[in-house]
Amino acid sequence: MKVTFPHMGNTCIVVKALFDTLDIDFVTPPPCSKRTLEIGTKYAPEFACLPLKLNIGNYIESIEKGADTIVITGGCGPCRFGYYGEVQREILKYLGYNVDFIVLEMPKGNIKEFMARINKLAGGKSVISIVKAVKKATQVSIELDKLDKLCWKTRPREKERGKTDWILKKFHHQVVKVKGADKILDLIYHVREEIEKIELDNTLSPLKIGIVGEIYTIIEPFTNLKIEQMLGNMGIEVDRSLSVSNWIVEHMIKQALHLKKNRPYEKAALPYLCTMIGGHGQETVGNCVMYAKEGYDGIIQMFPLTCMPEIVAESILPSVSDDFDIPILTLIIDELTGEAGYRTRMEAFIDMLYRRKERKLLDNEYVLSGN
Amino acid sequence: MPVKVGIPRALMYYEYFPLWKAFFNELGVDVLLSAPTTKTILNQGVSACVDEACLPVKLFHGHVLDLKDKVDYIFIPRLKSVSKGEYICPKFCGIPEMIKYSIKDIPPIIDVEINLRNNYNNLYKSFLAVGKLFTNSRYQINTAYNQALKAHYQYKSLLKSGRLPGEILEGKRSPGLKAPDLTIAVIGHVYNIYDSYISMDLLNKLRKQNIKIITPEQIDNRLIENKAETLPKRMFWTFGKRLLGSVLYLIEHEKIDGIIYIMSFGCGIDAFVAELSEIKVRKSGSIPFFLLTLDEHSGDAGVNTRLEAFIDMIIWRKQNEGNIPSHG
Repeated sequence: MKVTFPHMGNTCIVVKALFDTLDIDFVTPPPCSKRTLEIGTKYAPEFACLPLKLNIGNYIESIEKGADTIVITGGCGPCRFGYYGEVQREILKYLGYNVDFIVLEMPKGNIKEFMARINKLAGGKSVISIVKAVKKATQVSIELDKLDKLCWKTRPREKERGKTDWILKKFHHQVVKVKGADKILDLIYHVREEIEKIELDNTLSPLKIGIVGEIYTIIEPFTNLKIEQMLGNMGIEVDRSLSVSNWIVEHMIKQALHLKKNRPYEKAALPYLCTMIGGHGQETVGNCVMYAKEGYDGIIQMFPLTCMPEIVAESILPSVSDDFDIPILTLIIDELTGEAGYRTRMEAFIDMLYRRKERKLLDNEYVLSGN
Repeated sequence: MPVKVGIPRALMYYEYFPLWKAFFNELGVDVLLSAPTTKTILNQGVSACVDEACLPVKLFHGHVLDLKDKVDYIFIPRLKSVSKGEYICPKFCGIPEMIKYSIKDIPPIIDVEINLRNNYNNLYKSFLAVGKLFTNSRYQINTAYNQALKAHYQYKSLLKSGRLPGEILEGKRSPGLKAPDLTIAVIGHVYNIYDSYISMDLLNKLRKQNIKIITPEQIDNRLIENKAETLPKRMFWTFGKRLLGSVLYLIEHEKIDGIIYIMSFGCGIDAFVAELSEIKVRKSGSIPFFLLTLDEHSGDAGVNTRLEAFIDMIIWRKQNEGNIPSHG
C-alpha cells in the first residue's frame, strides 16, 4: 500500500511527520503546479470549487508516482468539502484508476467504522502509538504555523530584502530529506533561530492587512498567488485568520473528543451572521470584525469561484466595512486567474491604504501623494 | 386592515408555498406573492446581489425587491435543514443576511430558523415563533399549524399526479396528453425547473411535442430514499439527494427515453450532483443525458436548438436503432 494525500500549504510536512512515525509508505504529490491544475480542470466538474480540481490533479500526479491509496478527511456538510471523497472516488473510478479511498470521518457517529479505517491505514499499530504519532504531528503543525507567524513579522521589517524567503526556501528543500517527527521538529527549531537572527529595522511601522476567506485558498500558496510573500515583500505585515494547526486542534481533535471549542469569531460575527453556515463563512465575517477592532488597515478576502459559504460572507462584508470604516478587498480565484491582474489590484488596494493612513496622520487633510 | 406578509415567488416557493399560505391565512394575515418572474425582476435581482451568487439566489433578490414597498413583512425563513441529519445549502442558511445587507430600506424580515437536523419538534417551535408575531392565542396558532401541514401534504400528493406546481398553485388546468411518443425525465432543483421564465418554459415545450415528462417531485419519496441509501456515503443535502436518488431510480426502474438535467450557473450542489448523475447514467448504458446550464444570459433560441437536436436524436435512435451500424 502506497498512500497519498492532497496538498494544502504546509500540510504535507505534517502528514509526512505522521506517516513517518507510523511507518506508513507514502508518496508526497508534486507541489501544485500549472499541470496539476490542468489535469484537475480537465476531469473535475466544471463548477466544482478549485480545491477539488487541484486535489484531483494531486491524486493523478501521485498515482503516476506509484500511489494506490488516497487519504483525505471528511465532514457532514453543508459545505461541499464533506462530499469531496465521494465525488473524487467516482471521478477516478470513471477514469479507470484503481485506487482505494480512505476517508477519515465518523459516518453517522460510528466510531467502530472510524477505527476500522484508521486500522486499514496504520496496519495493526496499537492505539497508543497512533495517539502518540497524532500528538507529534499536531505539534509539528503548531510549530510550522508559529514559524509562519514569525515570517509575517520579519518580512516587512528585514534590512536585507528577501532574507526570510531565502531561509524558508532552504527549509522546504531540507525538510523533504529528514525522516520522522522529531527530526522535523529539530529542523523547524533550527530554522526559527535562523529567522530570529535576521536583522530588523524596528523603526518601521508597516501597514497591517488581515487575510480571511476559504481555508484552502488562503493557505495553499499556489492558489493565493503567494499572497503572504507578495505583501510581505511590499513591506506589509499580514495575518492569516485560519491555520492548519488550528483546524487540526479545533476541528479534528476537539470534535472527536467532544471538547468545548474556542470560537472567538462567533461572538464577533453575531450582529451580522448569527448562525453557522458551513465552511468558514461565519469565521470570515467574525474575523473581519476582529481585525477591524484590532486596528488593522485593511482586509483581503479570498475564495474559489462558486464557494457557497464565502458568497454569503461576501454579501455581508460591505456592511462590516462601512460600520468599522475598514477597506475590504474580495478576490475570487479560479483556474483562469492570472497573477499579474491580481497583483495590480492588490497594489492599487495597498496604495489606497497608504493614502488613508497618511490622511489619518494629517487630521484628514488632503495632501498630494508623493510629497 | 389585516397585516400583509410578502412571500417571494422564488426558491422554496415551489416546495412550501401552500404550507406557508395556509398558516398565514389561518392567522388572519394576508399573503402577497411577488409577480411571476420577468426580465425586469431578474435584472433587478442581478444588480442587487453579489456577482458570484447563483442564478436562483439572484432571482430571489429580484422578487424581494418586487415586494419591498407593498407589504408589512417579508417572509424569508432561514431554511437550515428540513430533514434529519441533512442540510439544504449554505446560501439558504444565510439568505436572510444576504437580503438584509444587499437591499436597503426593506420591511421587517421574518427570518425564523427552520432546523430539523437534530429534532423534528423544532418545526412546531419555529411556527410558534412566527405565529406569536400576529396573535397571542396559542389555540389559533395550533389550528393554523395543523391546517398548514394538511395543505402541504395535499399539495405533495397533487404533485405526484404529474401536475406542475405552477398549475396547482395558480389553479390552471393541466393539458391532457394523448398517448405520449416519448418519456423524458427533467431533473433539477424545483426553483429551476418550475419557474417557466428561468427554464424558458422547457416543460411546456416538451409537452407540446407530446412528450411525457417525469420530474423528481412525481416520484415517491420512499423510492428515492431507498436508492439514495445505496450510495457509499449518505448525501447530506436534502434536495441534492432527491435529484440523485431520482436519477438512480429512473435509470433502473422506469422506461425513459432521455434525461434532461437543468442546473444553474454557480450552483455548488448541482456541480456535484450533476457530475455524479452523469457518471451513473453513462455507466448504466444507453440513456441519453442532456445537461443544460442556465444563467442570467441564457437565450431562448440557443436552448431551443439544443433541445430540438436532443429530441431528434432520441427519435432517430428509436426508429433506426439496431438497423444501421453507427460507424458506417
